[in-house]
Amino acid sequence: MRTLLRLATAGSVDDGKSTLVGRLLYDSKSVLADQFDAVERVSRDRGLASADLALLTDGLRSEREQGITIDVAYRYFATAERSFILADCPGHVQYTRNTVTGASTADVVVLLVDVRHGIQEQTRRHLAVASLLRVPHVVVVVNKIDLVDFDEATYTRVSDEVLASARGLGLYDVATIPVSALDGDNVVDRSDRTPWYDGPTLLAFLEQLSPAGSPHSEPLRFPVQLVVRPQQAAGDEFRDYRGYAGQISSGLVRVGDAVTVQPSGRTSTVTGIDFAGVALEEAFAPQSVTLRLADDIDISRGDLIATSRSVPTVTQDIDGTVAWLAESTLVPGTKVLLKHGTRTVQAIVKAIGGKLDLDDAQLLPAESLGLNDIGHVTLRLASAIPAEEYLHSRGTGAFLLIDAQDGGTLAAGMVGDALLDTLAEVGAAGATVSA
Amino acid sequence: MPTIPTDKAPMTQTDERRLTQLQWLESEAIHIIREVAAEFERPVLLFSGGKDSVVMLHLATKAFWPSPVPFPVMHVDTGHNFPEVIAFRDATVERLGLRLEVASVQDYIDDGRLRERSDGTRNQLQTQPLLDGITNHKFDAVFGGGRRDEEKARAKERVFSLRDEFGQWDPRNQRPELWNLYNGRHRPGEHVRVFPLSNWTELDVWQYIAAEDIALPELYYAHQREIFERDGMIISVSDVSMPREGETVSKRQVRYRTVGDASCTGAVESDATTVEAVIVEVAATRITERGATRADDRASEAAMEDRKKEGYF
Repeated sequence: MRTLLRLATAGSVDDGKSTLVGRLLYDSKSVLADQFDAVERVSRDRGLASADLALLTDGLRSEREQGITIDVAYRYFATAERSFILADCPGHVQYTRNTVTGASTADVVVLLVDVRHGIQEQTRRHLAVASLLRVPHVVVVVNKIDLVDFDEATYTRVSDEVLASARGLGLYDVATIPVSALDGDNVVDRSDRTPWYDGPTLLAFLEQLSPAGSPHSEPLRFPVQLVVRPQQAAGDEFRDYRGYAGQISSGLVRVGDAVTVQPSGRTSTVTGIDFAGVALEEAFAPQSVTLRLADDIDISRGDLIATSRSVPTVTQDIDGTVAWLAESTLVPGTKVLLKHGTRTVQAIVKAIGGKLDLDDAQLLPAESLGLNDIGHVTLRLASAIPAEEYLHSRGTGAFLLIDAQDGGTLAAGMVGDALLDTLAEVGAAGATVSA
Repeated sequence: MPTIPTDKAPMTQTDERRLTQLQWLESEAIHIIREVAAEFERPVLLFSGGKDSVVMLHLATKAFWPSPVPFPVMHVDTGHNFPEVIAFRDATVERLGLRLEVASVQDYIDDGRLRERSDGTRNQLQTQPLLDGITNHKFDAVFGGGRRDEEKARAKERVFSLRDEFGQWDPRNQRPELWNLYNGRHRPGEHVRVFPLSNWTELDVWQYIAAEDIALPELYYAHQREIFERDGMIISVSDVSMPREGETVSKRQVRYRTVGDASCTGAVESDATTVEAVIVEVAATRITERGATRADDRASEAAMEDRKKEGYF
């Protein structure tokens, strides 16, 4: 049974992300002949000695002109065991929002570091994004190892530096791999030029990672997308059919389970789990199904069906961490829309609790948040929602802030202060060590 | 559809509670389709009878079961059709009880709103009828079967892709798309293109067609056909694609990987008469779907990007 793993690339500009992705696609035989011919042709036109694999991923005219990646490009490749969806994210600071986008759905972040330059501001920013978004795994590709003559000491120094920085942001489970994306060392094929490295190649590492989350360990959360009520439209058999369609966001549900609907707090029992005419006994995240309940209670889009064993509380006041993704500035008093699950409510920003300083990994006082800032906000909502700590529930802990006027997406939000708590924790641990 | 095993004790099958890649893709697509039905006033699904649109419509029937699909379908008709595809389109619409809107390129040529191109092909001419169809019917969400693996400009496309009142795509100013929280807000006159198959590959589509036993127009499977070669492509002999001087006609065993304007959509030589054989063939192919079969995409390095910016599919 082939499973799926989602990855996102990150790293500073010119660290060789597009080349690495091109190499991964090419060496895993995912590049077809006509695509490669086109890359060879363009490379030749530019006077390059060999095919520039970065051209495989830079899709937009302005990207090829500038030789940089502007927007997330999605790539697909597969091995015998696994299919991969790769979000190739740009490195420029002005495109950090795309890294946030890619990381939000990733099982693993592949972070590139140029071995000659070590940690850059963007490296630290992207580590912070991975930590903030609780991406389950991070692998650091220490790239361009060919340019330091495959020197172990240089690799170890950079690797240690990155791992220390990651720990400062609460990331403890981080792997590092010495790579030359240009020549292909340790990407798909093991390099004989790094005899001192005995870990897996990048592809081997990605093949054995376990994806995030287990339906067992998490309580059922089911945001209702719409009510299925065919009435006359599907014949007599379904005249009285009433089901609640949605995608299970976490946990599993069985026929007979007691459930509670939020925000109303009404309770009922699951009498049926339907999937396109097939009656299931159970279903689990992230399946899209339709639930039937024993009681004819008032449920509509935006409601959350949860297991009665663990019911999220509803609140109109949210403390959260946001990655601000818009050109505009966020100040206290700003009115926005907040999308959480399948519900959108009005919200007002009551306070800004500070923003993250990436150099010191600490929270600084701030009166506003601008493009690419990560900060803490307090929000008051027009109506209550069943928000949970993002740390414990990616599905019911995530929200968007949306511009009520033009509809643009302003921020990625996470309920709770997880990152800030982490920093405090790390700070405390650091203090203990030095004491 | 594989059903979920239910005969085992719950705690012994922890590792089995993982979706396969196809189940995962199906679940994601259904979630996307339901979001659109719930949040938009007037969605429409672009349906040509081509395999991607057939799969998309199949997913829509599953998403709302037992209710019927709650939106109409639209076909942008180049007038250069394969007759069996049009027959398939009409039969499908009839079977599902859907409303079909047709935006006809031929009408535009007949009344002078569009002029026939010098090479006689019409894929490029679809943009205007498509945009007018969207405006005239006040459609605010338009499902397309585009996949990111098809082409490199498409690789940058969002699942929800905002279009301005001119139908234009601005690739440098796309909304960030986070988690599975899709933002479909738009101003009057704007609309959103929605691509539920964004994360599918050609192979995924074929494996899904096999798993779900989905019917397709016959030309997707190997058959004997009168053909000639042009620019390295195998073109079918028809009213809209006659051989020119020096192009010789022969009968060959072919199938189609994509379906578009019959005058410029190429066939591939193939012995794959069943869906299983097609899967084997697709898995082993060394040429992309569009590279093998679409003359219009070979025009330049950025042909698709330019067409998409103007409002193309």
